[in-house]
Amino acid sequence: MTQSIAIVSVAQLPSIRRDQLRDEPELVQPVVTEAMSKVGLTQRDIGFTCSGSSDYLVGRPFSFVAAVDGLVTWPPIRESHVEMDGAWALFEAYIRLLHGDIDTALVFAFGKSSLGPIPDIMNVQNDPYYVQPLNLDSISAAALQARALIDSGKATERDFAEIAVRNRRNAKTNPNAQVKGDFDVEAILREATISSPLRKSFCPPLSDSCVAVVLARGDKAKELCKRPAWIRGIDHRIEAYSLGVRDLTTSVSTRIAAEKVGVNAKKNDIAEIHAPFAHQELLVTEALGLDASVIVNPSGGALAANPIMATGLIRFIESATRIHAGEANRAIVHATSGPTMQQNMVAVLEGE
Amino acid sequence: MMAENCAIIGIGQTKYAAIRKDVSLPGLLREAAIRALEDADMTFADIDAVVLGTAPDMFEGVMMPELFLADALGAVGKPIMRVHTAGSVGGTAGIVASSMIQTRTYDRVLCLAFEKQSESDAMWALSPAIPFTPQLVAGAGGYFAPLIRSYMRRSGAPDDVGIMVAVKDRQNALKNPYAHLHVNETIESVTNSPMLWDPIRYSETCPSSDGAVAVVMSNEKIARARSKKPAWVLGTAMRTEATFFSGRDQVNPLAGRECAKDVYAQAGITNPSKQVDAAELYVPFSWFEPMWLENLGFAEVGEGWKWTLEGKTALNGVLPINASGGVMSSNPIGASGLIRFAEAAMQVRGQAGEHQVDGAKVAVGHAYGGGSQFFSMWVVGSETR
Repeated sequence: MTQSIAIVSVAQLPSIRRDQLRDEPELVQPVVTEAMSKVGLTQRDIGFTCSGSSDYLVGRPFSFVAAVDGLVTWPPIRESHVEMDGAWALFEAYIRLLHGDIDTALVFAFGKSSLGPIPDIMNVQNDPYYVQPLNLDSISAAALQARALIDSGKATERDFAEIAVRNRRNAKTNPNAQVKGDFDVEAILREATISSPLRKSFCPPLSDSCVAVVLARGDKAKELCKRPAWIRGIDHRIEAYSLGVRDLTTSVSTRIAAEKVGVNAKKNDIAEIHAPFAHQELLVTEALGLDASVIVNPSGGALAANPIMATGLIRFIESATRIHAGEANRAIVHATSGPTMQQNMVAVLEGE
Repeated sequence: MMAENCAIIGIGQTKYAAIRKDVSLPGLLREAAIRALEDADMTFADIDAVVLGTAPDMFEGVMMPELFLADALGAVGKPIMRVHTAGSVGGTAGIVASSMIQTRTYDRVLCLAFEKQSESDAMWALSPAIPFTPQLVAGAGGYFAPLIRSYMRRSGAPDDVGIMVAVKDRQNALKNPYAHLHVNETIESVTNSPMLWDPIRYSETCPSSDGAVAVVMSNEKIARARSKKPAWVLGTAMRTEATFFSGRDQVNPLAGRECAKDVYAQAGITNPSKQVDAAELYVPFSWFEPMWLENLGFAEVGEGWKWTLEGKTALNGVLPINASGGVMSSNPIGASGLIRFAEAAMQVRGQAGEHQVDGAKVAVGHAYGGGSQFFSMWVVGSETR
């Protein structure tokens, strides 16, 4: 148990479409301060700090360097950064804590999706020689996957609409969600397609936000938090890059990661799935092998709030929040990266 | 603290050059990866996880390139991480990879770092116009020249120290087949090169390079079974301080001092100038050799430049610095930190060929980034501690 690592505190800025008032330090400072102060810590008490973000969202190099100015770095701190979703920053911090010489870590992620045309920017993730010139934007790539799912007979557009409706209904109780309310399946199915078969409601919003997590190890976790959310397993895998060599109707990497962490070894209460597009939730729930009794995305998921590069870390936060509150005992956390969910992470959190 | 010993059992480098037109990004990385795997007597199939380090994505115009490179790196079906901590990234990637071994998360990790500067323009990418922030429009040299002038004023170092470092590093590079610059540099050639950012002359700066480096790390059991001569990670450390904090000393940053102190303590080093046999320090502008000698505790404050002038840092000196030719001779930015780490390991493995430091048993790898604010270091040895 002394080696067990848990999420002991979380903080989020509400996701909004456009936050024009804050630059990187102004996004980061209030959120990391809140996460630490909730458990009575300051930066001086933190053994390791790690963040996730992407320069291309901000349109400048070294965006994370600016973010460091939102931390108290005097005296200097042990700090690292991944150019990935914050979920992978949590993974790096988790490994750092396993060394056993420190007992706390601060993880944060920020995403300002409002600064540029995101679908076009995401084309820059593609092969620069053969695919980028075709301008395969993120919505079109996701549409190819949705189309493949429909063609395989695994899902219908109505399924996508129902997923969108359920997520945004769940989001009604989430103060940090951006798109929430009661939507109508029939009305969604009458929406124009953006990139067939994707309609607006099947796509995620674009959000600006910053989120933070405090991790602690062993007795320190118990000292800081009445009911820590223990990380029982965490694993991530990547698939081939080229869409043409992958079966887009299944998520092999999610399945491998799910097996590694033992998703179905015990009864699960909730699952927070990082599925930016409605159809992707189906792929992930299938790959995880989740029981029908598991409540999927009680927060509303990525369809309700989507600050890119933080959306994966938010899945940990939303799961941990429910474990801290005693509303759930075992949560499955999923995070994704890359066009059509090329890379996937699965983690198990438990309250007991 | 370290549960498992981390060994370096494979190292591979590309030939560094201004433009590697003969290879794509995946081709560049595979050149280094395959050499490292051959050195480790392994194939991609033996690897459990991959760690990739590179500096800003804008240098190549590919966002989160680990996605596009997954196949080329043999990572399909495996975990891959992408680290980015500015200029120190290569070092930090090495630390993250070694951490995975030490904590028994994985048994065999392939760590790579690269930059293909010819795909873009680093001067442009380093000089963005950010709203409400003064635009430097000067690249890294414009940022660091005032720090060097401040060092010269404080230490009273004579003007030619930077020249001596440049000559030494370029002469060392002639003994390193992978080095980008193979020029017979002389005091005269450096002195007569154009002044770019006073006091930094053209020949006192690093080149812009394409290149990649790969390091295979494993646990002790695998290393003992497979490798004739592993290097052992004796300590790792990273430290960060903010860019805009008026209390910081950018000439002798506290983050660098504390990083060194931490890593030496882990490696059981109490007197670095005596106990370290070779060091690969991140010296992108020649004057940073004496500055880092002081910052990392090798020389007393104000004395670093004397080490250079007395030849102590030469290949046959008491503490050879950058026997490989260093960043001054090859600078694929995102890879430069991991090259330092790898070259340190090559020294204690006795693998450095013509630039081998005789009998090197303990070596230091060092990287820094941002405005002298991100530091990562490791100490490697020929024996476990």
